[in-house]
Amino acid sequence: MDEPIVKYTDVHKSFGDIEVLKGIDLDIQPAEKVALIGPSGSGKTTIIRMLMTLEEPTMGVIDVGGRNLWQMEKKGEWVRADDPHLHSIRGDIGMVFQHFNLFPHMTILENCMLAPVLVKNESKKEVKATAVEMLEKVGLGDKIDLYPAQLSGGQKQRVAMARALMMRPKVMLFDEVTSALDPELVGEVLEVIRDLAKEGEMAMILVTHEMDFALDIADRVVFLNDGVIEEEGHPEDILVNPKSERLQDFLSRFTVNR
Amino acid sequence: MNWSWTVFFETIPLIAKGLWITVGLTLACYLFAAVCGFFWVFMSRIPSKIVRSIFGWIAEFIRSTPPLVQLFFIFYAWPVIPVVGVSLNPFVAAILGLGIHFSTYMSEVYRSGIESVDKGQWEASTALNLSTRQKWTKIILPQAIPPTIPMLGNYLIIMFKEVPLASTIGVVAMLHIANDYGSQYYKFVEPLTVVALFFLLLSYPSAILISKLEKKYNRKFDKKAVTS
Repeated sequence: MDEPIVKYTDVHKSFGDIEVLKGIDLDIQPAEKVALIGPSGSGKTTIIRMLMTLEEPTMGVIDVGGRNLWQMEKKGEWVRADDPHLHSIRGDIGMVFQHFNLFPHMTILENCMLAPVLVKNESKKEVKATAVEMLEKVGLGDKIDLYPAQLSGGQKQRVAMARALMMRPKVMLFDEVTSALDPELVGEVLEVIRDLAKEGEMAMILVTHEMDFALDIADRVVFLNDGVIEEEGHPEDILVNPKSERLQDFLSRFTVNR
Repeated sequence: MNWSWTVFFETIPLIAKGLWITVGLTLACYLFAAVCGFFWVFMSRIPSKIVRSIFGWIAEFIRSTPPLVQLFFIFYAWPVIPVVGVSLNPFVAAILGLGIHFSTYMSEVYRSGIESVDKGQWEASTALNLSTRQKWTKIILPQAIPPTIPMLGNYLIIMFKEVPLASTIGVVAMLHIANDYGSQYYKFVEPLTVVALFFLLLSYPSAILISKLEKKYNRKFDKKAVTS
């Protein structure tokens, strides 16, 4: 096995008195596609939000490409990471949100161009060419000058993916990206993710309730329950032949067709 | 009481001279308040709880004391305080006094605008690795400020109407001129009527302009929200 691109070691997270994650150990290999499943409140989203630096772990270590994300060495001591430290690692990670979070005051082309121009100081002309290409790839090449409010939910989510891809992250996080969509729009978004997964080189962590989809594209499925990893393994083993009673119970609420 | 049209027309050009002082002072105070308002907003977002509450209390104190008292303090009391005391000309004192007073209101307007921006916008900006400065200038403020423009405009009109307070510390604007004329010739009704008319002449069209702006921003929002 290669060196993991992301490594969680005994990660805990509490919100006030409530401990939502009670010791997570998880390795993600480069280019690996991992689906995180589990009941709501089990901490799936918190796991990826900590990697995106949106939440700070209460305890434990998250390494990204061998570098400690939330702590840094200063004069021989480990101290809490500061902004520049987080900034230097965060570029390897991208995220797509449940509620899209597109910037409503910009066209979708501007949404895609903003970060590469500002953060990576790439030339506007090149960024524009890449952005147009990226939007064509997600099937929105004819809509580049529209504003987010003029798009359907599925289209917005595809823009959000294009925008995240523009930063060429090594790890892409998907936070229940189809949960806020009307059922008939889910397919077009999953299609784009499936294509991305086939392309291969990017690691992907998907928090999802789409079991069929997880079975289809994931290399590994991780079942989270009550703040701990209850069971993990090959999608077939987890989704079709679950061992633990809790997982069986959880899956009985979904119909997995295969 | 005798209403004299001669006096009325005679005082118009006199008071019109003061009009420009009033307008200039209003704009200067407003600009100062607009910039200073951001100061309170940023102070209220400093991580340290102590610093935050200290500045919160100062702002609250300024907001709940009358602007006239603050003007008198800056103009009459500040110069006699040892070490830090500075004597200011009336115009500068008025800009400082009224500007600081209104900045505490402006900051509340900004704050409401900033809080109305969805927290997902902050998160998306973080996920795209924008710096704190870029988040504010490119993402948050462009969304926070436009909806508050009508409110900001209202404060401009309110401030315009508060500026005559400056005559109490000797800024020679419309009210001051009218008052002088009155005491000199014992004719108060005509010059003060002229002052009121000038105020009406400026604030009424401004109010209409602001309600137009308000509609414009609402429409813009509607247009963008056709589907979804």
